[in-house]
Amino acid sequence: MPLDAKIPSGPLAQKWDKHRFDLKLVNPANKRRFDILVVGSGLAGASAAATLAELGYKVKCFCFQDSPRRAHSIAAQGGINAAKNYPNDGDSIYRLFYDTIKGGDYRAREANVYRLAQVSNNIMDQCVAQGVPFAREYGGFLANRSFGGAQVSRTFYARGQTGQQLLLGAYQALSRQVGLGAVKMYSRTEMLDVVVVDGHAKGIIVRDLVTGEISAHAGDAVVLATGGYGNVFFLSTNAKGSNATAIWRAYKKGAYLANPCYTQIHPTCIPVSGDHQSKLTLMSESLRNDGRVWVPKRKEDCGKAASAIPEDARDYYLERKYPSFGNLAPRDISSRAAKEACDAGRGVGPGGRGVYLDFADAIQRLGEDVIRARYGNLFDMYEKITGENAYQNPMRIYPAVHYTMGGTWVDYNLMSTIPGLFVIGEANFSDHGANRLGASALMQGLADGYFVLPYTIGNYFATAKAPKPSTSHAEFKKALGDTDALMKRLLSIKGKRTATSLHRELGKLLWEKCGMARNDAGLKEALKRIPELREEFWSNLMVPGENGELNQALEYAWRVADFMELAELLCVDALHRRESCGGHFREEFQTSEGEAQRDDENFSYVAAWEYKGQGNAPALHKEPLVYDEVHMSTRSYK
Amino acid sequence: MNLTLKVWRQKHSQVPGHFETHEARGVSEDMSFLEMLDVVNESIIEQGKDPIAFDSDCREGICGMCSLVINGVPHGGHRGTATCQLHMRHFKDGDTITIEPWRAKAFPVIRDLVTNRSAFDRIIQAGGFVSVSTGGAPDGNALPVPKEAADRSMDAAACIGCGACVAVCKNASAMLFVAAKVSHLNLLPQGKPEKDRRALAMVKQMDAEGFGNCTVTGSCEAVCPKEISLNFIAKLNRDYGVAALKGK
Repeated sequence: MPLDAKIPSGPLAQKWDKHRFDLKLVNPANKRRFDILVVGSGLAGASAAATLAELGYKVKCFCFQDSPRRAHSIAAQGGINAAKNYPNDGDSIYRLFYDTIKGGDYRAREANVYRLAQVSNNIMDQCVAQGVPFAREYGGFLANRSFGGAQVSRTFYARGQTGQQLLLGAYQALSRQVGLGAVKMYSRTEMLDVVVVDGHAKGIIVRDLVTGEISAHAGDAVVLATGGYGNVFFLSTNAKGSNATAIWRAYKKGAYLANPCYTQIHPTCIPVSGDHQSKLTLMSESLRNDGRVWVPKRKEDCGKAASAIPEDARDYYLERKYPSFGNLAPRDISSRAAKEACDAGRGVGPGGRGVYLDFADAIQRLGEDVIRARYGNLFDMYEKITGENAYQNPMRIYPAVHYTMGGTWVDYNLMSTIPGLFVIGEANFSDHGANRLGASALMQGLADGYFVLPYTIGNYFATAKAPKPSTSHAEFKKALGDTDALMKRLLSIKGKRTATSLHRELGKLLWEKCGMARNDAGLKEALKRIPELREEFWSNLMVPGENGELNQALEYAWRVADFMELAELLCVDALHRRESCGGHFREEFQTSEGEAQRDDENFSYVAAWEYKGQGNAPALHKEPLVYDEVHMSTRSYK
Repeated sequence: MNLTLKVWRQKHSQVPGHFETHEARGVSEDMSFLEMLDVVNESIIEQGKDPIAFDSDCREGICGMCSLVINGVPHGGHRGTATCQLHMRHFKDGDTITIEPWRAKAFPVIRDLVTNRSAFDRIIQAGGFVSVSTGGAPDGNALPVPKEAADRSMDAAACIGCGACVAVCKNASAMLFVAAKVSHLNLLPQGKPEKDRRALAMVKQMDAEGFGNCTVTGSCEAVCPKEISLNFIAKLNRDYGVAALKGK
């Protein structure tokens, strides 16, 4: 099947308008006849479920947490971008588009990114109207701040809890629809399979996490808004429950998975403190507005207290290497620079895996109160975790897995290669290329849910004319049977190792071989060891208890089972992409200055992988990336 | 350090629960409280026994999923700290720690330390929103919001909906939660048109869920991981009173 992204013709700036007109509509009175299953209740899922219900569709929404308000979008700290140009500093839709394309290292679709920049302004207006308490200036107008990868101030924020406030806005809109009876909400419910009938996604299999009941839901379309797969690395800034089961099951049912090797390592996280570590905590990128990153110039100084290292013995390496962006260099570049400094033996803190993020200058310039007002909650969080006071001593930070740009391949309509299966938010691959800029994830999740999917899904209903089957259809019975068999298999192994220990081992392997820097030999080794580890998982796993009850060990093992498979595809993709771009850094492909070296001639495409059955190599499909507007250049933040 | 844990175990809400003793050995002070429980659970699973069920997700103090009563105090009693951010450096070798679920009629136990807090969702569904559908919103700067109002609204909106306020209250009252949500929206011009009906509807749902009355003892504010102020309860009482007098 040729990979058709269905990008509308015409000039870039008019594509979305033209497309909206070309899309077929569903008569308002007919909308109530369509059932939509939305999986996930983060920014993308909640905004989509609410908006679709407002339009008149019948919506069921599923989340594994105890409330839709807890989805991991809530943890986003810094802000959301919009091309409002309120500060009058030269921003525009085109500049936001350009920055995002460039930040993504020329591996994203022009048309998608332009649309994202266009609707960014609508998102802000919508969120303000919902009562999101954005930061304001004294005149009552919205405040902005700067973020990595941009030279304008276009980031809107609600203290250090922007994700929380935007998610509560979407959750409120969703709750309103639940109250009106337009959305039926299923909390503590995990999706375990997609049901495909006559080539169209027509349902899902879910497990009630409290009772263990496995059941089927039929619909006219399925929307996955289930987030990224960062937890394949075991340690990441994702929530403990974040998992890839939904997109992985979709992959195995025929939805191509695109660019899985594009994983974002965030430069500012609290370093690992020991083997007990269950997750990593991000310190918002916004801190880099006022914090200065440095390490000692000489290895011998690394053991000293920061205050004992004089100014001229410090290496403010981001400012030195990237004078025009300085501490606001994009995430991939900042992360690699930190790794480089630590690899050279100049890291600080336990194990030498840390760099300083220092606020002394900002405190001296602005006063402690201003810094407290801007970042107080982040400083508090840092102190709770590390026991150190960052007003007095510099923070110690280190890069950690944060976001996955890769995900289910979708066309311009956000539909996967399975008709009727739409994938939105972080779960899809669409807008960030090989590296996502700060404050763009919230923007994309809400763009997809509020302003893109509600238009495009109607076109599918109006044109596909694929009737909704009943759950007694043979495909539903088969999917139920397969899911039940998998559950029984997980429970019956009764080996010696916990899912946590196997997951931790997998994560460590991936972090070492397919983390911030990758090479041919390391990836080949990982590809040899992952199947061995998977074999051990299926022969030596211990899941206590039964199915008919709240069984957190079973839930978790199920997620790890899918990570064990996804990890392999991640390495296959990383091995095949013989270039460095954005978050994918191949050591063999770098400039003499150690910067990522793209190979546009051979790799300017989206790598979409098709499942070919157990034990078979996945098939690669290429979607060429065509740049009509933007000239592909080497990214420079110097 | 080595610790003794007395943990509430309860298979489900229909059977009585009991305390079970577990030893936590070699606990590092850099562990979070939940990581300490993870380590204990690892050894329980290795023995093929049922691990201690507890809720958590983001583990950075913002999702509101974690919910333990530690030594009698929800979230363990460190100001502005949720259980997931409580670190073991606050305990010492040889300590005995009691761990219980949230205790409130409106939050029935699902298993061990996991409770059902869906009552909070239903309170929001009753009126904790601005009735604006997607599309057609005016420009974000069309309606100036005084900085003080935005800041106070944000103070209230910081609530993570964990339910510690209910768990600590002798009456299992949800007033701090409801007050935070009502205030967040009622303080903003965007929330003004529905100010009265919001206060009435959310309080009505709160009562229907079986939460107790507020006698303003202030223990909710003391344990709130986001330090939501008791002043918002005063504001809720005022908003409710005004709405009731208007006969809406």
